[in-house]
Amino acid sequence: MAAKRITIQATRFDPDKDDKPRLQSYDIPFTDESMVVLDALNYIKGHVDGSLSYRWSCRMGICGSCGMMVDGVPKLTCNAFLRDYWPKPITIQPLNNFPIIRDLIIDMDDFMEKLKSIKPWIIRKQELPLGGGEHRQFTPQIDEFRQFSQCINCMLCYAACPVYGLNDEFLGPAATALARRYNLDSRDEGLKQRLPMLADADGVWECSFVGECSVVCPKGVDPAKAIQQTKLDTTMRFVLPYGNRD
Amino acid sequence: MNGQVDPISYDVLIVGGGLAGIRAAIAAAEVNPRLRIGMVSKVYPMRSHTVSAEGGAAAALSKDDSYDTHAFDTVKGSDYLADQDVVDAFVREAPLEIVQMEHWGCPWSRNSDGTIAVRPFGGMTTWRTAFAADKSGFHMLHTVFQTSLKYPQIHRHDEAFVTKLLVEDSRCVGVTAIDLKTGRLDAITAKAVILATGGLGRIYAFTTNGNICTGDGMSLAYRAGVGLKDMEMVQFHPTGLPFTGILITEAVRGEGGYLYNNQGERFLKRYVPNKMELGPRDIISRAMTTEFEEGRGFEGPHGLFMHLDVRHLGEEVIDRKLPFMRELGREFVGIDIVKDPIPVRPVQHYMMGGIDADITGATPMKGLYAAGECANVGLNGANRLGSNSLPECLVFGAAAGRAAAEQVSSVAAVGSNPVDALLKDETQRVESSFLHKKGGDERIAEIREDMQHSMDTGAGVYRTREGLAELTKRLDGFRERFEKIKVDDSSRTFNTELMAALELDFMLDCAVTVAHSALAREESRGAHSRRDFPERDDKKFLKHTMAFHTEGDPRLEYTDVHLGKFEPKARSY
Repeated sequence: MAAKRITIQATRFDPDKDDKPRLQSYDIPFTDESMVVLDALNYIKGHVDGSLSYRWSCRMGICGSCGMMVDGVPKLTCNAFLRDYWPKPITIQPLNNFPIIRDLIIDMDDFMEKLKSIKPWIIRKQELPLGGGEHRQFTPQIDEFRQFSQCINCMLCYAACPVYGLNDEFLGPAATALARRYNLDSRDEGLKQRLPMLADADGVWECSFVGECSVVCPKGVDPAKAIQQTKLDTTMRFVLPYGNRD
Repeated sequence: MNGQVDPISYDVLIVGGGLAGIRAAIAAAEVNPRLRIGMVSKVYPMRSHTVSAEGGAAAALSKDDSYDTHAFDTVKGSDYLADQDVVDAFVREAPLEIVQMEHWGCPWSRNSDGTIAVRPFGGMTTWRTAFAADKSGFHMLHTVFQTSLKYPQIHRHDEAFVTKLLVEDSRCVGVTAIDLKTGRLDAITAKAVILATGGLGRIYAFTTNGNICTGDGMSLAYRAGVGLKDMEMVQFHPTGLPFTGILITEAVRGEGGYLYNNQGERFLKRYVPNKMELGPRDIISRAMTTEFEEGRGFEGPHGLFMHLDVRHLGEEVIDRKLPFMRELGREFVGIDIVKDPIPVRPVQHYMMGGIDADITGATPMKGLYAAGECANVGLNGANRLGSNSLPECLVFGAAAGRAAAEQVSSVAAVGSNPVDALLKDETQRVESSFLHKKGGDERIAEIREDMQHSMDTGAGVYRTREGLAELTKRLDGFRERFEKIKVDDSSRTFNTELMAALELDFMLDCAVTVAHSALAREESRGAHSRRDFPERDDKKFLKHTMAFHTEGDPRLEYTDVHLGKFEPKARSY
């Protein structure tokens, strides 16, 4: 029996040479049922064409580096198995809705700015001294924000978001989910400082509630829920008589 | 590739954006808020390999615990190669750092009274490992990274790859780094530089470590003349998934998981009868290797393995305390750990050895500090206890940040003349040896894979003189082949192949120090286990190995271990 092979079509784009991205096809050995798309890319880079460019590190679904479009769907390539696509060719493209730096590498500086803008740190009026020990926090209080703290910043949700695709000023799913993570933390008192950013013209109200962000999240985060809950937060501050109290 | 007008200049520059690096940056900012702090990382900081740590962070937090027992467990675990003054400082600082992380928002798992919960871990005599379910490293890294965003004085250079330390009058005055997006080689100067670049697991084929763990900082320091200490001390974790090497946390055993051989036997009763699954990593990895050799391993498509079984813990405990393990099993192996045993085998995991640094993180070179896995401050000796590395990053990252910040006021900024010359030399080297190299025909990946397999074979769980001598010869051959590499990619923009070549260059340096240090240590201690010298030899080798760069083989020297109140004794569990 001939050894099994698989065809990978990957986006190639070098801004120094190319006007626009193109697809290049590679036919490679599919030697092990455990192989994932990332293994295929590593085979190409190692043995066929060393110039193929992409990001990766942990290959266990936690560092968030290796998100790409796999047959048009945003995925972590470290856990997209070749066996689920074979014998058809697989098309690998950079994540949608982001500028491309090179090949499969997107520019995510925009997210890094958005992350900072929502003040993703504990804000308190009075900091507890270190010698005073830990804040008491109970499991049900952690359960309030737990899922939103699982975000690995992989950008799959932004690649799936039709609103972000049309308007890159939109704060977007992951940044809103992380703002929600802090707003819901019993140790935090920063809601008021975060609301202006969230209620801004490009904040949560831009979301048309398509919900694709939550579908593609590899970590079970539900950014769509974070956005809907935040809409409520921003409303309550205007409609309730004491809404602007601390 | 050098497009720079003025060098970028900082008071303190940190290389590496993992837990130790970010902790150092925040500590420096808190010593003196007016300092300009730079942080260079070859990845966005939240991609750093801290993110993969699972089980937790040890600290004497509970009322039943004491500094002394944490210190004793650590020293015994190290097979008495730890420096006891360093261990003593560490155990006292660790609880404060865990509380500090809590104040910054780390979602530590809690006791029913709302205090930080602890779990049992290997080699620890009491419950002292704080944890955030089984994603402790992930939560700690995102917590410190997000917290660091509130310090405007910390300036980040994300996705910049450091190629060399700038040294002027035997003082470290900065680095040269390639900005990956533009391909520009910049000089970044500083009054103090802290290396926090993590481990070197990628010198092995079968490792839990991510692609970025290539020993960069160790090689940078080594080439600048700083010694690498105890490089033979490489940790093999007992429980990695076959094929991928994905880590299955020791917390699985901490929470009550059992290890079985193919006879359905909890075989550890023959090796660590009093500790069983909670024995230290070095001993359990050796036990598994011995069982495999004697025919008691399961056979699979990716080699021999044991069963790690948590089925008796029940779904509720698994989902509360080990949810990521269930996810990894489901996604990467196609099993449900609630119903199926987990296939595991020993896997390279951690480097006890590293850049010679003292209790404050200071290296023997003026202006240069090191912290975290790339450093060897003397905490882990010949075998690190599980859950001591996350607090190590916090305690010694903070120490290095403070020490570096405190010394900058007494240092003048380096002038641009020497820096310009150094940058020009480095630009020339990167261009001619890599980017515009002519006539090479060796593929980077092939040399790398050959090196990795040679390390697995020659410097694994058990070592011999023959195996190590053969390894040193093979490594010399890989270095010769490396001189003839071919780089397909000549683009300026995000050249990952150039980066892979520079990383392989670093890894070959590190691998050579591991092999030579291991060959010279003719005894068995902690993770370094010689079949030809099965006993520990305190007379000759209660010493740190120091490897120094030369034109030929590394020059080895030995320095005294800082002993203390725990007298070296036979190590049994």
